[in-house]
Amino acid sequence: MQETTTEIRFASPKRYIEESLIFKKSQLGEVGFLSGNEACAYGALAAGLSFYAGYPITPSTEIAEILSYRMPALGRVFIQMEDEIASMGAIIGASLTGRKSMTATSGPGFSLMQENLGYACIAEVPCVVVNVQRGGPSTGSPTSPAQGDLMQARWGTHGDHPIIALYPASVQEAFELTMVAFNLAEKYRTPVVFLMDEVIGHMREKVVFPKEGQIPVLERRKPPKGLERFQPFAEDGGLVPPMAAFGEGYRYHVTGLHHDPAGYPTLRPDEINRWFERVFAKIEQNLDEILLYREEDLEDAETVVVSCGITARSARAAARSARARGQKVGTLTLQTIWPFPEKVLRQLGSRVRRILVPELNRGQLILEIQRCVRNPEVEIRGINRLDGGVITPAQILEKLEERSWPGNSH
Amino acid sequence: MARKLPLIHRYLRKDKKFPTVWCPGCGIGVVLGSLIRAIHNSGLSKDDVVLVSGIGCTGRMPVYVDFNTLHTTHGRALTFASGVRLANPKLKVITVMGDGDAIAIGGNHFIHACRRNIEITAIVVNNFIYGMTGGQFSPTTPTGDISATSPFGNIAQSVDICELARDCGASYVARSTIYHVNEMEKQIARAVTTSGFSVVEVLSTCYSRYGKLNQKGSPREMFRALKDQTVPIAKADGDGRISRGVFIDRAEAAYSDTYQTIVAKAREHDGGEPLPLLNPTRPGGTP
Ligand SMILES: Cc1ncc(C[n+]2csc(CCOP(=O)(O)OP(=O)(O)O)c2C)c(N)n1
Ligand code: SF4
Repeated sequence: MQETTTEIRFASPKRYIEESLIFKKSQLGEVGFLSGNEACAYGALAAGLSFYAGYPITPSTEIAEILSYRMPALGRVFIQMEDEIASMGAIIGASLTGRKSMTATSGPGFSLMQENLGYACIAEVPCVVVNVQRGGPSTGSPTSPAQGDLMQARWGTHGDHPIIALYPASVQEAFELTMVAFNLAEKYRTPVVFLMDEVIGHMREKVVFPKEGQIPVLERRKPPKGLERFQPFAEDGGLVPPMAAFGEGYRYHVTGLHHDPAGYPTLRPDEINRWFERVFAKIEQNLDEILLYREEDLEDAETVVVSCGITARSARAAARSARARGQKVGTLTLQTIWPFPEKVLRQLGSRVRRILVPELNRGQLILEIQRCVRNPEVEIRGINRLDGGVITPAQILEKLEERSWPGNSH
Repeated sequence: MARKLPLIHRYLRKDKKFPTVWCPGCGIGVVLGSLIRAIHNSGLSKDDVVLVSGIGCTGRMPVYVDFNTLHTTHGRALTFASGVRLANPKLKVITVMGDGDAIAIGGNHFIHACRRNIEITAIVVNNFIYGMTGGQFSPTTPTGDISATSPFGNIAQSVDICELARDCGASYVARSTIYHVNEMEKQIARAVTTSGFSVVEVLSTCYSRYGKLNQKGSPREMFRALKDQTVPIAKADGDGRISRGVFIDRAEAAYSDTYQTIVAKAREHDGGEPLPLLNPTRPGGTP
């Protein structure tokens, strides 16, 4: 039977998990006790990861170590490359043959990956790039948590481009969102950056493994066989063109130059414009699916703490304490950092009076929030920490109770 | 009377706009012709060939031919190619790179592709210069030569690509020139049937950006000089001429094959011990 062009095939994660022999059958839907890096590696295997290339770097190395052990038995490919530039190149090459591909790194390696990450953007090659962040710039603090790569994940490679970046706040989410990262990469033909905090990568927490079907596993859309002419970058009724694998008979051209729908280099302004419009639209028109976030106690909140990753854990604890003391505080935890949930923040800005943004950097998330919240009545403040420690609930609570907030005169 | 089209037309993309980007008198097209004939004679199916390039005038080669083609970033062709080949060992992966692409910015990848002996054929078109960016010196520019960024002469030594490849562990290493098309074709044909990493360095000409600056004469004279200034390995006598021919042709275990032994080991081991690295007391990281 001929494959249809519009359908996305769903496979069961159970199949992948069983196949990958990570857990005994009986453990499915049961619990484990994992570190975030382990959860990320296993989540990737569960999502169908079949090609990993990387270069060792703290604090992400465990991901490579686990996969070097697990992948060969599954007949999947693990390779340690000579550097991160090579790793990024290799996963793009592998993805073009139809394999789900991933690399994992930290700041210095993420910096090296940027040129080829841009290549994945322009050539619309699905892949997942894990960045377990460390303190920076440069070698910085290799074993300390920091959230300094938010903007780099968005703008690290040159030129305008859309990108998706996800951010787990727990080990459970590290597992689940890694699966989601693969799904989004394959569905939207885009690189997905997976930002983790060093603390999440290394701390151990309970993980409830998803039950069969709970998190679908998506496969990329392929063109039907036997087409007279296959145009790898044409709109084809949808914004995400189907993707043929090298070796399957459609011989096409992939380039980092601006290209026409056939894939050939172009300098025609209309073709270049159409390309930009399509790749931005394929993300912007699917925000309902791409934007993931978690809200807590927002219904009546006057103050909202917006954060991501490990900082969100402190934020939630602080907000609950504040509520217990009579303050109407809620939290918004961003699991999708890019594209930025502009509308969510804008709407929030019309309802609340105060926004507090704790983050382990000099203020990156807060810039986006200031951009999105257009209501001048809303006071937006940050808490920043860059010395390798985390922001504690007590610090957030203290900030929430400061008298200088408008309306905090009690 | 309909004229019979040369063989290469069966391999050119009909839907791609010609002419090529190359200057009149450029040697790159000659290499492409030989590459196509070598692939044809090796009996490879178009569907199974992946032609990968980096950035440069040489890097523009793939777009014109009807294979799976991948025009990557400057210096990184071998990294993408490694991913393609490991992900699908059925594919015949060939990279085409300029001397700067392969040996300057891509030098590290070149060394490691040789060392892994991964099943890729690397064709390096050595025109002794950075053609695409307007004639700056490259790692193969002879000492003393003038370039756009060495107006007083290049002060660095040049590198011998074939020696480098051989010393780093490539299975097959050969050198020819665009003057010696039959020899080049044979070398490429042998390279694509070698099981490990194979390198064919082809000495080429860049009249526009190199020849003119260094009084090398017309494009035709530059072609001819490749005959006069090179010598078969067997006849080399240290008179300064560059040797041509096959430097090494050895059967060493290739990377994807060796990977299969790892797969077998892993399968044997599977279901057994828990991961040693799942030990939470593992000492913390270093940079
Ligand atoms: C990262 C990066 N640096 C620099 C360039 C600019 N650049 C394009 S081609 C090229 C050199 C081309 O020389 P070579 O590789 O010898 O190939 P040729 O054009 O001579 O065939 C350079 C430096 C680039 N595209 N990317
Ligand atoms: S600049 Fe040199 S290498 Fe490039 S096309 Fe012209 S002659 Fe060929």
